[in-house]
Amino acid sequence: MEYLFAYVIFPGFLFTAVVGMLVSWIDRKVTARVQWRVGPPLFQPLYDFVKLLGKEIIVPRGASKATFLLAPLFGLAAVTLVSSMIWMASLYPDRGFVGDLIVVIYVMMIPSIAVIIGAFASKNRIASLGASREMKLMLADELPFLLAVMVVIIKSEAVHLGQIYHYQETYGMIFSSWSGVLAMIVAVLCMQAKLTLVPFDIPEAETELMGGVFVEYSGPPLAVLKLTRMMMLFTLPMVMVHLFLGGVHFQGMDILWSILKYVVLLVVIVLIRNTNPRVRIDQAMRFFWGPVLIIGIAAVILALLGF
Amino acid sequence: MGIKLKALTKSPWVYHLSTGSCNNCDIEILDCLTPRYDLERLGIVLVGSPRHADALLVTGNMTMKCMKRAKEVYDQMPKPGVVIAVGTCALGHGVFEGSYVMPKTVDEVLPVDIYIPGCPPKPEGIIAGVAKLLEMLKQKA
Ligand code: SF4
Repeated sequence: MEYLFAYVIFPGFLFTAVVGMLVSWIDRKVTARVQWRVGPPLFQPLYDFVKLLGKEIIVPRGASKATFLLAPLFGLAAVTLVSSMIWMASLYPDRGFVGDLIVVIYVMMIPSIAVIIGAFASKNRIASLGASREMKLMLADELPFLLAVMVVIIKSEAVHLGQIYHYQETYGMIFSSWSGVLAMIVAVLCMQAKLTLVPFDIPEAETELMGGVFVEYSGPPLAVLKLTRMMMLFTLPMVMVHLFLGGVHFQGMDILWSILKYVVLLVVIVLIRNTNPRVRIDQAMRFFWGPVLIIGIAAVILALLGF
Repeated sequence: MGIKLKALTKSPWVYHLSTGSCNNCDIEILDCLTPRYDLERLGIVLVGSPRHADALLVTGNMTMKCMKRAKEVYDQMPKPGVVIAVGTCALGHGVFEGSYVMPKTVDEVLPVDIYIPGCPPKPEGIIAGVAKLLEMLKQKA
């Protein structure tokens, strides 16, 4: 019962969805301000969501209906799970189990996989093109990201979210060491790709692929996909905060400090998104498997040497 | 129906369909998204796929080749949705009056909800038209 509450209401679905909408509004508003525009009103993400729920569902002819409609739900369930696990680890660091970090990393990949499966099921050429790009992007960013996480594991000598939290409480956050800084840079770049934001929004490239992987979705499934995206925008930086910046604390002033950490990270993401053009998929792969990978390896070596 | 239409007035996503315009109307439409006019403050964004659209924005003459495609795109748009005709060409035939390649006007092919005249209409005109359309929908809801 308690776990159900945790999954559906507090750190889980409802909470993440509401904050996710707020965060996606901040994203759009900051983008608008960077471009010297006014930007959408506060409740815009909610309006979008409700409107999409009220629209007609169209399943393209020849598409595999069940897969097409269920794939977005898997993504939503996965991102909810990641969010609940991370928040539970901050709320009750001593619960959890050894290896929950690895579970989080795996579950974090599921939204992308769900999008890929849904796109292939829609039997649309443009969607499959987008899906194949998404797949390559996943291959590209997963390796450096794992290296970055490895630095955290080496430093804290634990694959347990709660222990990582405790380690950073006693020895200061991972980000305050040299290897931590490098790992964080790698992780932020990978996060940009995982969120498929510009410069790595290659799978959905509005201008060439017309929404790419989402091209055939309409109505409620599209609403779920959009909601998943918004929740990812909240959850993934939260994972970074937990792993590299010492996690969220709830005592007194620490709350403000925790929120500040998250907001700074979010603004960094939004600024990267607004100051870069989209790259090609081969450029993205070369980027992640070249320079980023090297930085990642350097970070791991530094961590092993104790810096 | 009420809440559906109400939410639609708050976030109309627009798919831009040119059925044979001279491209000037299209440029004026893009002008509406620039910092000076910024339609995103009304929740309006351009989307790439008709499946995501709530409003079909048609510019230009309905040429013979385009008639079938325009109908197809209209069918691809999930309902409820509206159709906006922009430019004198889309209203009648404009400067191309009497040409043999366009037997029909846009509103003979698609159920147009609002007409925005001008050759091309100013961005202010387009925004005024869209605002009137949203007002109309709100009253219907
Ligand atoms: S109305 Fe005028 S500007 Fe618009 S497409 Fe026709 S000729 Fe071009």
